[in-house]
Amino acid sequence: MSIILNRKKISEAVTGYLFISPWLIIFTIFSVVSLVYAFYLSFTSYNLLKPPQLWGLEGYQRVFDDDLFLVKALPNTFKYVIIVVPIQTLLSLILAFAMDQKLRLQRFFRTLFYLPSVTSSVVISLIFIWIFAPQGIFNQITGLTINWLDNPRTAFYVIMGMNIFTTSGTLMLIFLAGLQDVSTSIYEAAQIDGANPIQTFVYITIPMLRPVIFFVVTVGIIGCFQVFDQIYVMTAGGPLDSTTTVTYLIYKWAFRDTTIKMGQASALAVILTFIILSITLIQRSIIEGSGSSAES
Amino acid sequence: MSISTAQSRDAEWTARAGKIRRILFYAILIFWGLLSIAPLYFTLVFSLKPVADTYTPPIWWPTPFTLNNYETILKTFHLFPRWIWNSVTISVSVSILRVLFCAMAGYAFARINFPFKNFIFNLLLVSMMMPGVVTLIPSFLIIGPGLIRGGIPLGNLTIPTGFNLIDTPAGVILPGVADAFGVFMMTQFYKSFPRELEEAAMMDGSGRWGTFLRIVLPISQTQLLTLGLLTFQGAWNNFMWPLLVLRTPEFFTLPIGLQWFRGEYYTLYSVVLAGSLFNTLPMLIIFFVFQRYFIRSIASTGSKEG
Repeated sequence: MSIILNRKKISEAVTGYLFISPWLIIFTIFSVVSLVYAFYLSFTSYNLLKPPQLWGLEGYQRVFDDDLFLVKALPNTFKYVIIVVPIQTLLSLILAFAMDQKLRLQRFFRTLFYLPSVTSSVVISLIFIWIFAPQGIFNQITGLTINWLDNPRTAFYVIMGMNIFTTSGTLMLIFLAGLQDVSTSIYEAAQIDGANPIQTFVYITIPMLRPVIFFVVTVGIIGCFQVFDQIYVMTAGGPLDSTTTVTYLIYKWAFRDTTIKMGQASALAVILTFIILSITLIQRSIIEGSGSSAES
Repeated sequence: MSISTAQSRDAEWTARAGKIRRILFYAILIFWGLLSIAPLYFTLVFSLKPVADTYTPPIWWPTPFTLNNYETILKTFHLFPRWIWNSVTISVSVSILRVLFCAMAGYAFARINFPFKNFIFNLLLVSMMMPGVVTLIPSFLIIGPGLIRGGIPLGNLTIPTGFNLIDTPAGVILPGVADAFGVFMMTQFYKSFPRELEEAAMMDGSGRWGTFLRIVLPISQTQLLTLGLLTFQGAWNNFMWPLLVLRTPEFFTLPIGLQWFRGEYYTLYSVVLAGSLFNTLPMLIIFFVFQRYFIRSIASTGSKEG
């Protein structure tokens, strides 16, 4: 009996491993080994020509001694996150709230709003380069003569604006799904109590949506800290390094500079990982904390 | 009497407020709707104007009208059709393989008992928290020259530590076919899925594989299509990874090709715009046809956290 059971168990285990093996092999190589190797690499000096040489924390030291990182990439990245995440969250929330008013043509608008999210990052960047060119459509419509992407004071804001524009559609859909989960009886009760739409929005919609807001902000933070495609295509980190972000700097050190610095770039990637992880954890504890105090 | 007039005045006020509110909401929707379509509209207009008119008004209508830019893409410049073809083959391969592998693994995590299942699943959860950029450099080394250049010597043999797939479509495809999120999504799906049908099939003597192929896959086709569409969109629009892997213009995907073309022939921006539509329009058509799957998948990502 027990032998039969055992045999059954073993065959079940074999089947299980056969089912997961194609995924497991590739996942192990590109996610697990890669992750471990990234940490190892961050303690080495590696230029692809000689094998990686362990040098302890020297790579991290060099990251923090690097002006491009300290003065440009790090502040730029934080600036980007601090500006883009709140605006795209609030904007998509307002759009979703407007969509949820049982207006006509809701499906039509929903499709329309999603259009910028269908477009690839490269294509939308190429279009924006052309729209914001000195003789481009934006200057033609507004009558301005600014060279938006060649000006260190404007280039980063064009990229920010573009990314807020492209992500809002997706985020709006997430909020809309969340809004439609909020039961209408709560809204009706609020209406009977004489709440106006703004009060309804602030006192009912936002608290009910807390988990969705957490999700959208988390996704936003993780995405914004890693912004790359648009920077690469539109400005390559310039003008005067005004749009160099941490992820762009990792790319630059590991793949673009004449002396390749894979170890130092890995150290920066590890630092960025810790920044992202700790900010999402802090944010989670804040949101969960405020949630429990509101409920008690 | 007086009470009823007060009531009707009240009702009138709320009706008026409701009307103003509706107008305000429509205004928001129309404004953002116009903004959303503007880049695409201008791209279309200027792709139908001569190259010399890239920055010349009128901006609202394609005059003078020409199809030259499309001719350049489809006939003169032979690389464009190749890029489109490369993009199609790579995106379709990634989608099919990822859906299959993730469905198999997700099903096993939800239904089959095997040793270290929880350990592997926890590993998956941890890797889902890691930002993609941290594995970028090692993944590049694995696809290319190897983690240890020249491999690990073992007696007469040397064990390679890299696939040597730089500048090949396989190098673009391979890391994309197995990730944590896809399996997590499928596992959650199969866990919430009734067992009865499968059990009936197993009773009838179908093995695990037979049941999986004949019962489980057909029944979960909505979920598979959702994951497949999401994957296709990601692969079709992907930039950073193919940028690192692909070197020869012949092998470029459309986004890499467009970016390269812009650098090489920057005076032909109208051609870039026309070419960009070949990247956007297929995705747009797929989105229109499968709209409810896209919306479902995006909506489900949000409620999962809650």
